[in-house]
Amino acid sequence: MKQLTHFLQGFGSAVQLLLQSARFIGTLPRQRARFIDQCYLIGYTTLPIVAILCFFMGSVLALQSGYSMENFGAKQFIGSLVGLSFARELGPVIVAILVAGRVGSAITAELASMKVYQEVDALVTMNIPPARILVLPRLAAVLVMMPVLAIIGNLIGWFGGAVVCKYVESIAIEPEAYFSALRRYMKFQDVGTGLIKAEIFGFVVVLICCSIGLNTRGGPREIGASVTKAVVVSLISILVLDYFVTKALM
Amino acid sequence: MNPPIHRNPITAVESPAVGVTIDGLTKNFGPFQALKNVSFAVEPGEIFVLMGPSGSGKSVLLKHIVGLEAATAGRVLINDQDAAAAHTLERIRIALVFQAGALFNSLSVYDNLALYPREHRFGDEATIRDKVMRALQILSLENSAQKFPSELSGGMRKRVAIARALVMEPQLMLYDEPTSELDPVMSATISEIIATLKDEYHVTTIVVSHDRELALGIADRVGILMGGELVFLGPPASLRQPADPRIADFFHPRIDLKNPRFKNLET
Ligand SMILES: Nc1ncnc2c1ncn2[C@@H]1O[C@H](COP(=O)(O)OP(=O)(O)O)[C@@H](O)[C@H]1O
Ligand SMILES: [Mg+2]
Repeated sequence: MKQLTHFLQGFGSAVQLLLQSARFIGTLPRQRARFIDQCYLIGYTTLPIVAILCFFMGSVLALQSGYSMENFGAKQFIGSLVGLSFARELGPVIVAILVAGRVGSAITAELASMKVYQEVDALVTMNIPPARILVLPRLAAVLVMMPVLAIIGNLIGWFGGAVVCKYVESIAIEPEAYFSALRRYMKFQDVGTGLIKAEIFGFVVVLICCSIGLNTRGGPREIGASVTKAVVVSLISILVLDYFVTKALM
Repeated sequence: MNPPIHRNPITAVESPAVGVTIDGLTKNFGPFQALKNVSFAVEPGEIFVLMGPSGSGKSVLLKHIVGLEAATAGRVLINDQDAAAAHTLERIRIALVFQAGALFNSLSVYDNLALYPREHRFGDEATIRDKVMRALQILSLENSAQKFPSELSGGMRKRVAIARALVMEPQLMLYDEPTSELDPVMSATISEIIATLKDEYHVTTIVVSHDRELALGIADRVGILMGGELVFLGPPASLRQPADPRIADFFHPRIDLKNPRFKNLET
């Protein structure tokens, strides 16, 4: 019961924060510098781990499907399998999880520290709404960067699959065959679905992390507690949303 | 009598100086009463010094004036506007110098000061630069403009916080222990700034301070809080020979080493 009220309170303050930020959309052009900073933080600094993780996810996926599809004599379809799973599911989910761990935690830590050390109070008394300069640029940046990260993640994941198919002897499929299988069953819609998912996950993660950070109360010890909470809530939200968004987009 | 006029030193726009009315203010934190039915008024253009032992509710009272805390009972009015309403801060410029400074740690000293004029579009970057540098000079901080708050001493942070408030050109200026970490020369400078803002711009000022010299020197009126209650309200002159023993003790504490409290300190 207490858990439920906590959940509803958290949900309520996130929605409120979203509405407050939306009121200031007109100020975005003036906040170009902050927006670009956040794009850099969200996009560029996450890229290396997105690349590494997607490469190995693609490889493992190809390896596992090579092993199981061998039995059906369907090895030539590995490309389609890796391609579709990445575009529709793995790419967006992996990128969102990395954004939650790498970017979301940093956002919560920064905003929670600003709250605890009264910087947020100072902004309020200066009639500079925190939603305007702390939240809006981050939400805008994640909307721009998520599709970019997801597309790069897809490409690297597909490439990881191709490498395994070529060099693992029990599979031994040439890249041409792999990529032609990948293209044959891939519709534009599959990639589009994935990008929409990535967009929704990234946006929700950043909103949750901002909201939990700004709602931190108490002393410096609460900063750590807020970061943990933000990451856990983000991960749960990604997976729960994944089910519903997938169902809705089918 | 007409209220004095506050003149914005940059835009030269004139507006009546603001008055603050604190009306039956009570604040509970759970079972703990931090403020108990406190009432007083600060006249437009007045310097009001609020004193009292630590933990008596001075900072909590200031937070009610800027709307950072919501009253359990009673209210705070700023020019007849409820301080708790969001639009009050949009209509009246109030600067609060936080007890701990509350500097923006990710911004340089210069950007800490420039944030407000930039966000509220005071003018182009050159105009803002002039204003920021002038405020830094007044507080002898011109060589620290590019430093970050983490590189400053406690007293310097306090001065940056005061400079940041000056740049806002507030109609109502609130200081939470502005001189607590400053040397005597700097403290005198702060007194001068407070007096100048009053004389030239009719800025209404509330200063929370333990500094008796500052209080007696610049205050038009003094209030003393003890345990959340207002125990004194009047002109500073009447504090020279306070009748109330609690106030006399506050200004001239007698430390009696025979007191059982100190038993464990004796060897
Ligand atoms: N957010 C809070 N939650 C609980 N108690 C608080 C809070 N803020 C202040 N207090 C309590 O209220 C009392 C007055 O605090 P404060 O106004 O900061 O004292 P001071 O007069 O030294 O500025 C103190 O006992 C303090 O512990
Ligand atoms: Mg205090």
